[in-house]
Amino acid sequence: MNAPNQSGWKPAMELSEDGMHNGPATTTGNRALMLEEPLLFEIGRVDVTGVDLPAIDPAAPTRLGGLARSEPIGLVGLTEPETVRHYTRLSRQNYGIDLGFFPLGSCTMKHNPRLNEKMARLPGFADIHPLAPQSTVQGALEVIHQLGGWLCTLTGMPAVAMSPKAGAHGELCGILAIRAAHEARGDAREVVLVPESAHGTNPATAAFANYRVEDIPATPEGRVDVAALKARLGPDVAAVMITNPNTCGLFEKDFREIADAVHAVGGYVYCDGANFNAIVGKVRPGDLGVDAMHINLHKTFSTPHGGGGPGSGPVVLSEALAPYAPLPFVRKDDAGTFYLVEEEDREERGPTFGRMTAFHGQMGMFTRALTYMLSHGADGLKQVAEDAVLNANYILRSMEDILHAPFAASGPCMHEALFGDKDFGGGLSTLDVAKGLIDEGYHPMTVYFPLVVHGAMLVEPTETESKAAIDQFITAFRAVVERALAGDEALKQAPYYAPRRRLDETGAARKPKLAYEG
Amino acid sequence: MRYYTDEHEWIDVEGDIATVGITEYAQGQLGDIVFVELPEVGALIEQGKDAAVVESVKAASDVYAPITGEITEVNPALEEDPALVNTSPEDGGWFFKMTIADEGELDGLMDEDGYKAFVEGL
Repeated sequence: MNAPNQSGWKPAMELSEDGMHNGPATTTGNRALMLEEPLLFEIGRVDVTGVDLPAIDPAAPTRLGGLARSEPIGLVGLTEPETVRHYTRLSRQNYGIDLGFFPLGSCTMKHNPRLNEKMARLPGFADIHPLAPQSTVQGALEVIHQLGGWLCTLTGMPAVAMSPKAGAHGELCGILAIRAAHEARGDAREVVLVPESAHGTNPATAAFANYRVEDIPATPEGRVDVAALKARLGPDVAAVMITNPNTCGLFEKDFREIADAVHAVGGYVYCDGANFNAIVGKVRPGDLGVDAMHINLHKTFSTPHGGGGPGSGPVVLSEALAPYAPLPFVRKDDAGTFYLVEEEDREERGPTFGRMTAFHGQMGMFTRALTYMLSHGADGLKQVAEDAVLNANYILRSMEDILHAPFAASGPCMHEALFGDKDFGGGLSTLDVAKGLIDEGYHPMTVYFPLVVHGAMLVEPTETESKAAIDQFITAFRAVVERALAGDEALKQAPYYAPRRRLDETGAARKPKLAYEG
Repeated sequence: MRYYTDEHEWIDVEGDIATVGITEYAQGQLGDIVFVELPEVGALIEQGKDAAVVESVKAASDVYAPITGEITEVNPALEEDPALVNTSPEDGGWFFKMTIADEGELDGLMDEDGYKAFVEGL
């Protein structure tokens, strides 16, 4: 076969035996202008390159000695247009927030305003180097300083560490500051308490920082069991890590009481601020007794993520933890000049626990997040939280008559609605609903998390979706759930219309193929 | 004699050694298991504390020690073939063997009928 699709890699739906979308087979295996795309190794050739390199003079002396490679490396090359087409074709099989509704709970896949992109591409921000003399990048340093200032204002906290590069990195920063504060008073504690309603990264962070992690159960209404937590508190507890709002989509209304109890035994309170988008402009975590909290700029403040861009996880710190913040940090002197505090600034740096990054953090994300803040203003950010919560409750109340909503009676949810797979018929499960939603043109919600709910489905619409868009989603979601309740066998084979049918996730996990084998 | 916990572990007692695994119900709930992390031989584990981790396509879950004791042996077959936990959870898919520090702890566990009733109530 000499057709362009030489790999023989055809869309499974072309060959589907269920009578759906079975047009005549095409010679190429393609379906109209949605082109199939083989792997680079299948289309590339070793004698092709997209870059002009000067010819090698075989007589020229080399300094490689016996280290010169004697055999071809076997890496394939493509011309520039082939390369562009390869990745563009693959990107058309991807799904992202720019294509449609993306209700991935806990991930906050909201629209990334184009104004953010415009600002981040200004040459004064985009074309600078971290090692440039500070006098030449005053504007960029001011962005970091100003963004940090607004994060402190919004959270009611006195200090912020800007360098952590994502949520879990921010958690580690907070926990390392807590460890440093304990050790500074000669009080090495061993245990970090993590409730079941916390993000899965929290126990991982505590373990990574060499703490022993102990679980605190959730109440039937989906919040921290305060009595169980208080019963466990003692002089060995370094910190409690609480996600608020939590992964059941609920506000931890006893947070202040918990924080006071933790402080009373000399521990610190870490708040996972990944869900800050539900409370921004409404609640200042500093007022709740938080000692450290990371803020995912890529969630609350709309910078691209999930393959679209790197995360950024600044950490706000209480007075007690601020001295231990990681280097470097930006300060402003009396003359209005911005400067970086580094290791050599012995007096100013304080008893910092060290540094987490080579440089100051994710500059591109700082610019976008500050743009989002300033373009919304204080009233706009408040409305972000209100609309995020309103949209999630609209979905919760639009689904609860047919779909098990374990915490629906606990009051309004925050930014995400949580459902379970109770009453599904015919052995159908949450996974089948997720795959069915793909056929309906929606990225599935988060599934099987949090673990406290059987067959969990965590739906987060975010504030950027219109009522019309959410209504369309609810119509599709209800239709798929009705099929699951009725035990519709066909749902077990979904997706039918995706570029690939249901993948062998078990096989991929048990016997992963990590290299191309020809 | 076989006992069960409310965390869906089973424990077989033979002399002074106990064999531990997860139940048929537990493997069904977890789905296809892709990885099992076993304790180190010689480790002392208290009743109710984390002893192993079982990872399925859906989630990673802790397996708790049903009683206090010292790990004497782990199932080498699970490293190569974690799917054994799905196909033979209560036999070939056992996790580890341990000593029995306090036989009294066994009294707090369920027998087969008790566990059956417990699962039906879930």
